Amino acid sequence: MDTSLPCGTTSRSYKEDSAIIRTRNRHILFALFALLIIVGPFFLSSHMISLFTIIYIWIIAAHGLNILVGYCGQISLGHSAFMGIGAYTSATLGTNLGLPFWVSIPCAVLVAGFIGILFGLPSVRIKGFYLAMATLAAQFIMAFLFLHWESVTGGYAGMPAPEPELGGFMFDSELSYYYLVLFFAVLATFFAKNLARTKTGRAFVAIRDNDLAAEVMGMNLYAYKLLAFFIASCFAGLGGALWAHYAGHITPEEFTLNGSIWLLGMVIVGGLGRTMGAVFGVFAIKLLEEGTSYLSIELSQIWPTLGANFVSAIGVMGFAAALMLFLIFEPRGIEHSWGLLKKYYRNWPFSY
Amino acid sequence: MINFIEVLLTGVTVGGVYALLALGFVIIFKSSKVFNFAVGQLLTWGAYIFMIFIVNLKFPIWIGFLATIGFAVLVGFSIERLLLRPMIGQSILSIIMMTLAISVFLSGFIVLIWGGTWYAYPSFWGSGAFKIGEITLSVQHVVSLGIALLLFGILSLYFKFTFGGLAMRAVAEDHQVARSKGVNAKQVFAHAWVICAVVCVISGVLLGSMLGVGPGLAIMGLKAVPVVLVGGLESIPGVLIAGPLIGIIEALVAEYISPGMGMALEEIIPYIILVLILIFKPYGLFGIKRIERI
Repeated sequence: MDTSLPCGTTSRSYKEDSAIIRTRNRHILFALFALLIIVGPFFLSSHMISLFTIIYIWIIAAHGLNILVGYCGQISLGHSAFMGIGAYTSATLGTNLGLPFWVSIPCAVLVAGFIGILFGLPSVRIKGFYLAMATLAAQFIMAFLFLHWESVTGGYAGMPAPEPELGGFMFDSELSYYYLVLFFAVLATFFAKNLARTKTGRAFVAIRDNDLAAEVMGMNLYAYKLLAFFIASCFAGLGGALWAHYAGHITPEEFTLNGSIWLLGMVIVGGLGRTMGAVFGVFAIKLLEEGTSYLSIELSQIWPTLGANFVSAIGVMGFAAALMLFLIFEPRGIEHSWGLLKKYYRNWPFSY
Repeated sequence: MINFIEVLLTGVTVGGVYALLALGFVIIFKSSKVFNFAVGQLLTWGAYIFMIFIVNLKFPIWIGFLATIGFAVLVGFSIERLLLRPMIGQSILSIIMMTLAISVFLSGFIVLIWGGTWYAYPSFWGSGAFKIGEITLSVQHVVSLGIALLLFGILSLYFKFTFGGLAMRAVAEDHQVARSKGVNAKQVFAHAWVICAVVCVISGVLLGSMLGVGPGLAIMGLKAVPVVLVGGLESIPGVLIAGPLIGIIEALVAEYISPGMGMALEEIIPYIILVLILIFKPYGLFGIKRIERI
């Protein structure tokens, strides 16, 4: 029984009961939201469009991490490296082999996915801290390869990625790329939301809550854990590949341990184990970053003595402080607060 | 041959510092089951603070050293009290994320104040070298190893013979039982964090004197992670063996394999060892294999 439904909503069939959007008002709101994200960019500056494009790219990657950490309970500190694998694979295929965009993206997704399985292998025997260590090692090893496998990745200087082209149409403007990324982000959200409602998603949750009990009940623990790593890395690979084609040039510095920490932070701030949590978290952290960067640039113009490092340092510290506050005061994330807020307004003026 | 022995000894001395850092990890993990990812940044902080005391404020070295330790006590205590105590009873992931957030925050602070530049301490141990036969070793390395071993000894004695150490071991064994016997578990956590911060800061000063002081020191700090896991998370003697082991492997790879490959393989060799250990012997060389029940 979904307690978030308004009074008087009845289900007359199983199909109706399991629908995600139930009432007419919600259909209207959903349609309005869809309209907003489709028509919205026409009224925004190109800086804002670029910000939202980046947010959507991170949402794709965050969904993957949320499935792995939030649903399946396997800690990963190497998600940024899997984004890197997707980015480098797609960029290499596009630049060196001249493959079109619609071939290189699926290849990037699959390569990231299979390398994800490779580094997920330790999860077969270990969990908790030990798994965090294994993924940390994966992060360092991959970052090292990005930096030193120069014949493929271009070393420090990085490598270019071609602009995506589909049937003669070049996605070379901010606006066209926005829609491309939006398409994938919606697809990823749809997939993530529905995965949680399938047998696989339920199995992930069972493994998260108690993997031993799940195994005793007949689930193939290893297959599901590796599947979670595969799906998560696929999402990361897709996000990374889209990022590579958007940025046009990628360097190893974009896929470091810090990136992984930021992704985990986003998922936690948004709400771990909730599909919308990943979306909320990315929006919150990215807007916070944008806000602090704007503010600190203004401040450093007023007081030039603050120095060049001020802007980048304040962004990092703001993120860390937000993460600490959420961990202490709202460990269930924005998604939970949002639910409480909605409940409050639905029940108003009665408190029950 | 002489060269080979020198490489080995360098590995042992660097490994000694790794072992010391790893000890900081193990102490916190044993007493409160928190894995402290912030060691890298705590170490870097220690190196910078020591630099402030002896370069900017021109303290004599030993006073600067004591002042740095005092600072570490303060930092360790406040981190535990403000940030980790509210997390008691939260999931492993939340606690890992809290230490990572602390680490990110401290790194931001370092960038804010000192930027990305590398500094060097004035050479306070002289540039002399020990000579044993034909083998030369820099004074710096020998003194570092000496301090690391000394601290190891002090902490081992502390754990074995003092009440505080006993309380810590009791809490590590079983929180509930320790508390029912009148041990103040929260105070023990605070002690563990203070010890960890002090150990980190001392390692930071030692590493800083060998490599210079800069934001990159934090990466060195994270090398303690493989050391801890190779030794086994709960094992103090394990750390003492694994630290020099990793240090030696690193030094050997840097000397003999990396030049042939044209890349600095020693940077990641500890992590490759870590992955292999996790796949083949997940609980380390001396760790406790856990038996789980539903």
